[in-house]
Amino acid sequence: MKAARSTTMLIAVMAMMTVAACAKKNPPVARPAPPPAATNTPAPPRPPAPPEPVREPTMVPPEPVRDDAISSASLDDLNKNSPLKPVFYELDISDLSAANQKTLDENGALLKRYSSWAVTVEGHCDERGTAEYNLALGERRAIAVRAYLVSLGISADRLRTVSYGKEFPFDPGHDEAAFAKNRRAHFVITAK
Amino acid sequence: MTKFIIPGALAVALLAAWPHAQQPTPPPASQQPTELSTTISGEGGQAPRLAVPDFIALSPDAETVATAKTIGQVLWNDLNFEREFAFIPRDVYASIPKATSFADVPFDRWRELNADGLIVGTVQKVNSGFHVELRLFNVRTRQSAFARGYDGSNARLFAHKMSDELHKSQRALNGVAQSKLTFDSDRDGEKMKGTVQNRSIKEIYIADYDGENQKRVTVGQTLNIAPRWSPDGRSIAYTSYRRGGAHLFISNIFQGTLDEVTKGDKVGENWLPAWSPDGTKLAFSSTRDGNPEIYIVNRDGTGLRRITNNPGIDITPTWNPSGTQIAFTSDRSGSPQIYVVGVDGLNLSKKTSESYADRPTWSPAPFNEIAFASRSGPGFDVKVLDLSTGATKALTFGEGTNESPAFSPNGRHLVFTSTRSGKAQVFTMARDGKNVRQITKAGNNEKPDWSK
Repeated sequence: MKAARSTTMLIAVMAMMTVAACAKKNPPVARPAPPPAATNTPAPPRPPAPPEPVREPTMVPPEPVRDDAISSASLDDLNKNSPLKPVFYELDISDLSAANQKTLDENGALLKRYSSWAVTVEGHCDERGTAEYNLALGERRAIAVRAYLVSLGISADRLRTVSYGKEFPFDPGHDEAAFAKNRRAHFVITAK
Repeated sequence: MTKFIIPGALAVALLAAWPHAQQPTPPPASQQPTELSTTISGEGGQAPRLAVPDFIALSPDAETVATAKTIGQVLWNDLNFEREFAFIPRDVYASIPKATSFADVPFDRWRELNADGLIVGTVQKVNSGFHVELRLFNVRTRQSAFARGYDGSNARLFAHKMSDELHKSQRALNGVAQSKLTFDSDRDGEKMKGTVQNRSIKEIYIADYDGENQKRVTVGQTLNIAPRWSPDGRSIAYTSYRRGGAHLFISNIFQGTLDEVTKGDKVGENWLPAWSPDGTKLAFSSTRDGNPEIYIVNRDGTGLRRITNNPGIDITPTWNPSGTQIAFTSDRSGSPQIYVVGVDGLNLSKKTSESYADRPTWSPAPFNEIAFASRSGPGFDVKVLDLSTGATKALTFGEGTNESPAFSPNGRHLVFTSTRSGKAQVFTMARDGKNVRQITKAGNNEKPDWSK
């Protein structure tokens, strides 16, 4: 038992030395190290392709590319093609459907992994409600999303809500396809 | 001191016997710009028929001639807007010799056209701008029923003031020619800064009641929406996102100053301020206690009071003319409907049973009505609820979607948003739904209000 314990300690010390050695070998890497859990988690939702194709395959760093793209991207780039997926609603409804809950479960996992992110949840409505009532309906949608994420263990301090009613349509069209895109809770990452 | 108690009927008889009581008889003909005025009536109870020829330019320079022409045309439009007079069409005026002064007005010829009243004006260039003399002649008696002089420089302003004074003296009516509109607009095509692309900012605009002189009021580079005129016409309250979330702001448009009514992180979202009739308070909707409720606050942000308490959405407040009640939208019954409650939060009553109703606007006295937007098919139509009879009447009928009605200060007109011509634009119409006029054309223009 004693021998086993010292063996374990020895392995641990060797492991630390290896890590230290590795770190010493690569001083110019400026980006923050990816969170340790990342390599073991098999299935984050498929993130966007990096903005530009990698030109020289030999230069691909050994770290997992996906997580890199997310943690090194600027806020602008992140929000342009956000890893946090919006949830969509039926007309005049602010309750969360099962599909929306699944999307939010995935968003919640990302928010847990990138625990420094602060996020604004925007509530949006289509043009078929009145401009005035839609302000409150959008707020209700945003609050429903925040409450669900808080129930997953995300700190409420990281989740601001704002309603834009029907002032910022994502699709300017006037048909059901456009309306469906405009009834949503949309995530904007405001700090990382 | 001895007191005499005179019975009412006797008092009236005594007054009638007094020589002073006979003053309302037509005064002697006067060519002088005095304050005297009498009224001109049409024949057989019809609306008086007026002619408004171009004003007389007393000097031949182009500026004076142009001003004289503009005043005549704008005055014609202003008077026509209230539909209190019948008008002899302007295209037949050419057949009548033009007067060169008040002394050579061809009354016989105007009488042949069956005119009851004739508006004649002169425009004289002076150092500071123009001096304008206005006469309304009774064509039959050739006497001046209304005479007044004006100094200024803006042709349209001359006409607006004259129109309101003529309506007041001739029809005992408060005209709206000097009133103004306000609305939000994305016409500048400017985009929000920030990480989400392609979002148009909206700014507050004002315009004359007829759509002229459209001017931008705010420079927030953000969403500034749903403006409301203060009762004195000097300030505009609105919802602004310049602090991130929605807050109440007041632009004092003649001082160029900005007041923040709601501040801080702990006050939730704050929407849709509505001025109390005395201008000292604002009713609005806020999520500061977790759910959209109606509150009243002093215009400086003090004295907050909560009026509603319900897990549903309560939003879009409007005051009654005496400031004792508030109408608002609530979905507590399942769909958005109009409710009325006392400013003390008591005596709540549901007023509509539409499929979806929002944006109540209480009419000014003497009307006792609430205008609102009601879902009808795919869009909305403007409806008016008569609070004394409970009857509801539609004013628009599916020409695009029609939202956000607000009454003119005399209650005879409404301004509203409609998509009937494509994008969302501001329109005005008479209280019977007729006389629809498009006010805006560029960009999207929405959520209008009419000055008090």
